[in-house]
Amino acid sequence: MPEYIEKVKFDDEGYLENHEHWSEDLAKTMAEEEGIYDLTSRHLEVIYAIRGEFAEKGEAPTLRRLTKVHGFPTKELYQLFPGGPGKKAARIAGVKKPHGCI
Amino acid sequence: MNKKQIIILGGGTAGNIFSHKLVKSLNTDEWEITVIDRSPIHYYQPGFLFIPFGIYRPEDVVKNKSELLHPNVNQVFSEIDRIVPQENNVYLENGSALKYDYLIISTGVDIAPDEVEGMKGDLWGLQVFDFYSFDGAVSLQMAMKNFKGGNLVVHVTEMPIKCPVAPLEFAFLSDYYFKRNGYRPEVNIHYVTPLPEAFTKPEAAKVFGNFLLNKNIKIHTDFNIAAVDNENKNIISWDEREIPFDLLVTVPTNMGSEFIGRSGMGDELNLMPTNQATLKARNFDNIFVAGDATDIPTSKAGSVIHYQAEVIVQNLISKIKNNPLNAKFDGHTNCFIETGNEKAILIDFDYENDPTRGRFPIHGLGPMSLLKETRINHLGKMAFKWLYWNRIIKGKDIPFSS
Ligand SMILES: Cc1cc2nc3c(=O)[nH]c(=O)nc-3n(C[C@H](O)[C@H](O)[C@H](O)COP(=O)(O)OP(=O)(O)OC[C@H]3O[C@@H](n4cnc5c(N)ncnc54)[C@H](O)[C@@H]3O)c2cc1C
Repeated sequence: MPEYIEKVKFDDEGYLENHEHWSEDLAKTMAEEEGIYDLTSRHLEVIYAIRGEFAEKGEAPTLRRLTKVHGFPTKELYQLFPGGPGKKAARIAGVKKPHGCI
Repeated sequence: MNKKQIIILGGGTAGNIFSHKLVKSLNTDEWEITVIDRSPIHYYQPGFLFIPFGIYRPEDVVKNKSELLHPNVNQVFSEIDRIVPQENNVYLENGSALKYDYLIISTGVDIAPDEVEGMKGDLWGLQVFDFYSFDGAVSLQMAMKNFKGGNLVVHVTEMPIKCPVAPLEFAFLSDYYFKRNGYRPEVNIHYVTPLPEAFTKPEAAKVFGNFLLNKNIKIHTDFNIAAVDNENKNIISWDEREIPFDLLVTVPTNMGSEFIGRSGMGDELNLMPTNQATLKARNFDNIFVAGDATDIPTSKAGSVIHYQAEVIVQNLISKIKNNPLNAKFDGHTNCFIETGNEKAILIDFDYENDPTRGRFPIHGLGPMSLLKETRINHLGKMAFKWLYWNRIIKGKDIPFSS
């Protein structure tokens, strides 16, 4: 395992414990674990939007926010992060798992 | 002397509670209190669940707002057009402005079926229904009565929704309903949710998951709906799963009132950014937010408002006196969940504590079991209607307070 991954800690569900330990290299490795082998600049746009909002609010944006506020069409988010864009993209972005709602 | 103005937007559950509490807590020689609502009718929304099954009649859940609001508050029946917080004005549909010193926003959330492609399509009201509106619940009653077999799909579009247990209750009660009328073997019940399990709270999700299993209700999780296909009678998810329906009972996206968006004050669901402890609007110093209209991380339920109301009244008074806002809301929620068979479960939780098993002393009604299906809990649920009309919306104590 590369050194930059050994140093960082993950929680039980594989989310980064400290979002400041994130790097694009780490994102690439995590993306591969999620079955995304080509992390494009478009993926990174989504990831930086998530990181920006997390830094500001302490919480990852919902899918609706990614669509309505950040302007990524839902369909495209599902293409970029197949299966579950909300949770997958948050994991790759190195932020805490989105809470969902109550 | 001109009186100072407190305006309450929305005369639903929260608006009613405040009309009563504020008249008691403030000197009405100094303060004038006004409630604005678009409709003169108050609906007991928890009763919408029971109408499709014929357990309540439509007339059981409606009363006139003017009978319920405190007589010493002004009642204005009009659509709210927008708030201009820089002016401290609320504008009504006809263009007139009402000035406020303090504002309480309690305009709730409502269903927004237009958010999903095809949901309000050709089959809306024929084979696609909601039970979160009075009209929806009433028209669904006929459809349930006429349903003699096929796929009944109970579906949640997107979180958050008010009373997040209501769609589960709908599934449980459907099982019971079709068992009683003899069509259960012909009816396949599906429960479709965007969540990874049956409910948001893991401990309770396990309990509800088992109920679904035992009642032979098939659960579909992580289902984010992209469209209702009216032609082929399917719901389709973004990851291209399809579930066929003969009767679709959906909970559409729940959104805050449009004027909050028009006023540029809300989030992407028109919910008001609200401090989760003090319940003051995060961006405005003379505005408090109560009930379903907030963006705070607790359930949107009538019982929650009961707990919030005291906090808001205290903090409003502190604000008026220029004191720090010391009253804090802890996220306390409890609700009964109908499970069919004239039984129910009771859950109770707050920001910090997940629902746990155990017993819960309820004054006058005896101990109720938490997370356990009992008949006494069902009686508690049924007693809720009386409590709601006679105590909760009058701002009086209820036996659940602990
Ligand atoms: C099917 C169902 C089952 C439920 N079951 C339970 C339960 O078992 N227990 C429980 O505690 N809660 C339950 N609830 C939730 C409960 O009914 C709500 O949480 C509660 O009514 C919210 O109160 P509120 O004052 O925030 O909003 P509301 O009571 O919805 O009031 C909002 C008011 O604002 C008015 N309004 C909105 N926009 C405007 C505008 N632009 N201009 C003028 N007026 C406007 C509306 O007319 C309305 O009167 C249930 C809800 C549903 C739908």
